[in-house]
Amino acid sequence: MTEVDQAAPADAPVKAAGPGGRLGRLGEVRHLGLVAALVLLAIVGVVTRPENFATSSNLVSILALASTIGVITVGMTFVIIGGGIDLSVGALMALASVWATTLATQSYGPVVMIVCALLVGTGAGLLNGILIAYGRIVPFIATLATMVAARGLAQRMSNQRTQLVRPENSMIVDLSTTRVLGLPLLVYVFALVVLVGWVVLNRTTFGRRTYAVGGNPEAARLAGIDVRRHTLMLYALSGLCCGIAAVLIMARTTTGSSTHGDLYELDAIAAVIIGGTLLSGGRGTIMGSILGLLIFTVITNLFILNGLNTADQLVAKGAIIVVAVLLQRRGLRSQT
Amino acid sequence: MTHNPGRRGFLLGGAVLGAGALITACTSNEPAAQASTPAAPAAAAPGGNDAPGEKVVIGFSAPAADHGWIAAIAKNAADAAKQYSDVEFKPVEPTNDINQQISAVESLIQAKVDALVILPNDGQQLNQVARQAMDAGIPVVNLDRVFPDKLSYRTWIGGDNYGMGVAAGHFIGKTLKDKGVTDPVILEIQGIATLPLTQERSKGFADALKTYGFTVTAQQDAKFTVESGTQVASNLLQAHKKIDAIWNHDDDQGIGVLAAIKEAGRDEFFMVGGAGSANAMREIQADNGVLKATVTYSPTMAASAIKLARLIAQGKGMSDLMEQEVPQSITLASETITKENVQKYLPLGFES
Repeated sequence: MTEVDQAAPADAPVKAAGPGGRLGRLGEVRHLGLVAALVLLAIVGVVTRPENFATSSNLVSILALASTIGVITVGMTFVIIGGGIDLSVGALMALASVWATTLATQSYGPVVMIVCALLVGTGAGLLNGILIAYGRIVPFIATLATMVAARGLAQRMSNQRTQLVRPENSMIVDLSTTRVLGLPLLVYVFALVVLVGWVVLNRTTFGRRTYAVGGNPEAARLAGIDVRRHTLMLYALSGLCCGIAAVLIMARTTTGSSTHGDLYELDAIAAVIIGGTLLSGGRGTIMGSILGLLIFTVITNLFILNGLNTADQLVAKGAIIVVAVLLQRRGLRSQT
Repeated sequence: MTHNPGRRGFLLGGAVLGAGALITACTSNEPAAQASTPAAPAAAAPGGNDAPGEKVVIGFSAPAADHGWIAAIAKNAADAAKQYSDVEFKPVEPTNDINQQISAVESLIQAKVDALVILPNDGQQLNQVARQAMDAGIPVVNLDRVFPDKLSYRTWIGGDNYGMGVAAGHFIGKTLKDKGVTDPVILEIQGIATLPLTQERSKGFADALKTYGFTVTAQQDAKFTVESGTQVASNLLQAHKKIDAIWNHDDDQGIGVLAAIKEAGRDEFFMVGGAGSANAMREIQADNGVLKATVTYSPTMAASAIKLARLIAQGKGMSDLMEQEVPQSITLASETITKENVQKYLPLGFES
């Protein structure tokens, strides 16, 4: 994992544009912490529910649950490393799922439905990007606006109804029900998105520039990066991820609905933060975000396996966010 | 009904987000809704009361539809009003904001409507304005979510959440007893756990099961959304390797629950739904999945509320009852829909 230290000012982007550094020690430690947390949770699972937790069907179920929001988390990681934030992800996913499941779209068959979801996601992401990069609206405000508007548009388009994927388009649902080597297809989609995201972030100029833009936009500009265009692309990428997630949620729930993706933005941001990405941008990893997300998913799973209710889950999740951030801050300090 | 999806509409729509005109081209959901929902809920045998009388204006205020059930409430009310030539139906913009609903009701009071039908976002918070209407001499028909102060409404009509739980409990209890199952694994998937209505449903369910000597094995809430239904159900299915019965409080989230069950390939149990959506009824009718019954919490109550408001405004009683005036409160029974009687209920089901 390439960790480019962008916290240092001025000359940093130049360094970023050069060959990537070795495995950053900080990142290594941080990921070790996350893996340790996951192992700890797994031990709790095995001890409290030995007959249920460590079964292959339960692990598959956890991965399938993590897939939808996982795809969104990949896009969110890019945006946050690039110094922004995207609050609209849940709403964009809902809008894409609704748009792809209207009777009109469904009459063109499953392929068009998928293309439609991806286009709606990317289009809305581009809109975010234009507002932020060229309209100079603060990301928090711009994506807050699209979040509200997209949710409203989704409600309008669906008449607040749940739109079922029609039987002739069941190819979409097959993504969730068809298994290859024991795993539903949507888990492979998730894995592919993570892999592509990792390669783009760590092995391409686009990735380097993302760190540079997030770490110090002014220096990035001086280094010859078109910061505005890059910012635009980051939000479009996040939108595309929302479109992919919309296809997955359609597969899982067999529906498109304006209620999909409720509070996904917070879960995705939390996963990214737990994963060690700086909210101020310039530093972070995809693997960290995915581990952060898995921690959340496993907690939900553990709570339900043990028959505990939602309220307790929320408390546990809140506590974990605080502990994770406190630990990271200590980690940062010990480095300097 | 011509249903033309419009290729151009779709292609352009994909490219341009938020262009209003295109959206309409791309979202022609109407045909399905129209085709499967009858123009008006099947009314009980008409008595003399349906004959046109004095002309009355009925104001209507309800929360914005964020759920199939609320959408059906608004539709049922409008359809019922349409049946009568002597009713002028005056709905206000639906909203989920308490403040806005208060002003909406105030505007109806100022318009001096002859009767008001209000489904409040929150009975406590709308109580004051309903009281104002009553004080101004406008009879209020309180729909479902009750106002705490009896001076705030003339008549209350609503569903029976406790009864819903009881109906589900009896269906599950009796079915398992008939099968001779001892110590069954019974799961319950609630809506929003913090709502009093959810707690009443759960209490009714537990009480009814108790009469058969059964208890609920595990309980989780799924926020009334499809997505959450899928998530909770797929985790619950992992937690319990052998299940005998599931009661899911809400048919809308039930779509997600059924998707999770199908994905897991489980069929050793049966499931009972709640509310009575058209979709759930079609599943029950097809009888090829785990969903064997649903217990109603019918949005037809909105149609009945309009009818009651009309009678009250016209000073009539209910023709089948002895009393000269409409009763003070009407609680609907929660009915159990199974394969045997689903045909009768299908026209009343609401699209989720």
